[in-house]
Amino acid sequence: MSILINKNTKILVQGLTGKTGTFHTEQALAYHGTQMVGGIHPKKGGESWSGSKGESLPIFASVAEGKEKTGADASVVYVPPAGAAAAIIEAIDAEIPLIVCITEGIPVMDMVKVKAKLDKSKSRLIGPNCPGLVTPDECKIGIMPGSIFRKGSVGVVSRSGTLTYEAVFQTSNAGLGQTTAVGIGGDPVKGTEFIDVLEMFLADDETQSIIMIGEIGGSAEEDAAQFLRDEAKRGRSKPMAGFIAGRTAPAGRTMGHAGAVISGGKGGAEDKIAAMEAAGIRVSPSPARLGQTLLEVLKG
Amino acid sequence: MNIHEYQAKALLKKFGAPVAEGVPIFSVDEAEAAAKQLPGPLYVVKSQIHAGGRGKGKFKELGAEAKGGVRLAKSVEEVVSHAKEMLGNTLVTKQTGDAGKQVNRLYIEDGADIDRELYLSILVDRSVGRPAFVVSTEGGMDIEAVAHDTPEKIITVAVDPETGLTQSDLDTLTSTLKLEGEAKADGEKLFPILYKAFVETDMSLLEVNPLIVMTNGRLRVLDAKVSFDGNAMFRHDDIKELRDETEEDAKEIEASKWDLAYVALDGNIGCMVNGAGLAMATMDIIKLYGKEPANFCDVGGGAGKEKVAAAFKIITADPKVEGILVNIFGGIMKCDVIAEGVVAAVQEVGLKVPLVVRLEGTNVELGKKILNESGLAITAADDLDDAAKKIVAAIQA
Repeated sequence: MSILINKNTKILVQGLTGKTGTFHTEQALAYHGTQMVGGIHPKKGGESWSGSKGESLPIFASVAEGKEKTGADASVVYVPPAGAAAAIIEAIDAEIPLIVCITEGIPVMDMVKVKAKLDKSKSRLIGPNCPGLVTPDECKIGIMPGSIFRKGSVGVVSRSGTLTYEAVFQTSNAGLGQTTAVGIGGDPVKGTEFIDVLEMFLADDETQSIIMIGEIGGSAEEDAAQFLRDEAKRGRSKPMAGFIAGRTAPAGRTMGHAGAVISGGKGGAEDKIAAMEAAGIRVSPSPARLGQTLLEVLKG
Repeated sequence: MNIHEYQAKALLKKFGAPVAEGVPIFSVDEAEAAAKQLPGPLYVVKSQIHAGGRGKGKFKELGAEAKGGVRLAKSVEEVVSHAKEMLGNTLVTKQTGDAGKQVNRLYIEDGADIDRELYLSILVDRSVGRPAFVVSTEGGMDIEAVAHDTPEKIITVAVDPETGLTQSDLDTLTSTLKLEGEAKADGEKLFPILYKAFVETDMSLLEVNPLIVMTNGRLRVLDAKVSFDGNAMFRHDDIKELRDETEEDAKEIEASKWDLAYVALDGNIGCMVNGAGLAMATMDIIKLYGKEPANFCDVGGGAGKEKVAAAFKIITADPKVEGILVNIFGGIMKCDVIAEGVVAAVQEVGLKVPLVVRLEGTNVELGKKILNESGLAITAADDLDDAAKKIVAAIQA
C-alpha cells in the first residue's frame, strides 16, 4: 500500500493554463499514466487544454463542476500567490478530499484564513510551498522529478522540496525505493504537519522504514518526536533516519522559507536533532548521507 | 520587511492606538524645532535603527561612559546636544553585531511618567495557524530572558480569525496584565486596534515593549517594533514606501529586486542553490568540510535564465568569495535553465574563482550538455557530497 495517492487517484489542476501548470501536468501525464482529469479556469470552462505532445484535457469553470463531471478526488494548485488562497478555498468548498498546493509565496494571513476553513472541512491540504507527493510507478502530484523514484519500502516526509528529492534519490540508489514521498512544505501555516504523515506511514504495512527531513524554525520536529515517543510506548514504531537543514544558519534571519527562522531562542537545529534522536531517529549530519544512514539503521 | 519605530507608531496611531507625540528628524538642525513642537518638559531622544537593544547600546565613536542610543532630556537644549552626539555615529547593540549601525534618523518624543511596564506582541502562532497575543507583566526588559527564567509569566492567547478577539480573550489579556479601572478600559479598546492593524497590514510581528501604564492610570504604546510579511507587500504600496534601504545589505537589496532569497554571511564559499532546505543543507555540508558559506541563496523554483544570471553576478561581486558552489536538484527548476543562466553570467562578468556545479533532476542531461559545450572552466560534481569536497579542495589549493 501507499499513502494518500495511488493509481486510482483522479486529479484536477487549478492553474493548468499557466506555464508552470502546463509543464508539470505534461510531466504527470507522462509519469505512469497519472490520472490528470481536467483543469479549472473560471473564464475558459468548456474549452480544452493541449500539451506540447498532443495531450488534451477538458477545462471546467469551477472545481465543483470539474469534480462532478470527472469524479476527481484530488486537486493540485499552481495558481500564483495572490489568488492561491482563494483557489484552495474553492477546492475546500467543493469538498475535494485531497488538495495539494505547490504555490510559493502566499501571504501568511491568507493561509490563516484557509486554515480556519480547513479545520472545519472534510479536506486534507498538503502544502502550500511544497513539491507535492509521489507514489512510485502509480501517481505523481506536483513538481518532483519522476525519474528519481523507485517503488519500494521507505516513506519519505519532508518540509523542504529539494531535500525531498535528495532523500528519494539516495533511497533509490541504496536499492530501498519508496512507498510514498510527501513534501509538506516550508511555510509557517500549512495544511499537513509531520505528525499527520508519520501516523499514515506507521499505519501502512508496506512502509518498512521512514525518512523525515526537517529544518530550522517552529517546533514541528519536536512535536513529531514527541508523537513518535508516545506511539513507541504503544508498540508502534519503524526504523527511521532524519536530517535537519539549517544547522549553520544565524539566528534572526529568515532562510528563504518563510518558516525557516530561529527566533526567540526557539527553532534551532540542535534542539530538533536532540528531540529526534531521543525518539529513536538516526539523524544524519550530512544531507548527502540520508540513504546510507537509513541503510545503517536497517542493518542494526 | 522591517520599519523604524517612528514609522510603526505613526501607523498604529492611524489605527487609533495611544502613542506619545513625536517628531522624526534627519539632521541636527531639525532638533530644536522638533522639540519645541512637543509639550515637554521631559523629552526622549531615540536612535532609529532596525535593531533592538538601543537603550543599552553604545556609540562606537564616543567613550564607554557616554550615554546609549535612547536618552532622556529635560530641556530643548539637552535634546539638541544629544542629537549632535548621536546623529551620524555608529550604535552597537547586542542585535547589530560588532559592526554596529549608523544612526541617520532620530525620533524626538514627548516623555511619559511610567507606573508599570508591560510586554505585548502579536505574531502568527504556527502550531495553531492563528494570530496570537503574547503578553507579560514583565515589560521593558529582554523578553527572551523572561521566557528563559520565568516562563510562567508569559501568556499566549491565540485568536480565532473568524471571530476576532472575543470578550473572553480580552478578559484573559487584561487580567494577565493586571489592568484595572481606566487602564482596563484602555486595554479593551487597544487590543482589538492592535489586532486589526496586525491583520489588515499583513504584519509578521508587532511588538510593544514596553506597553506602559502611566502614573495617570492610562495605557500608552511606548515602543513599537513592526515587521511585515514580504509575501503580502504586493497589496500594500503605502507600506512598501516605508522601507529604508540604508538599513539593508546592498547585495540583499539587489537580490530582492530579482525576487531572490539571499542572505549575506561571513564565509568565503558562494552558494547558488534551488530550494531553501537544500540551500541551508548546502551551507551545512560546506561547514561539515571545515569551510564557511559566504551566503544563503535560493533561486527558487520558477527562475528564468536572467534571474539565475543575476544571482550568479551578485555572488561573484562579493569580494569575500573565493569559490562558488552551484547545487541544483531540478524539480520545478530545470537544469538547462540554470546552465544557461550560469553560462550567460560568466560570459558577461568573467570567472575569477573556482566554480563547482552539481546538477540533478529535471532536464539534467540537457543542463550538463550546455555546461560542457560552453568551454568554461567548470568542475562538474556527481552528488552533493562530491560537490562540497571539490569546492573545499579547490579553494585550499
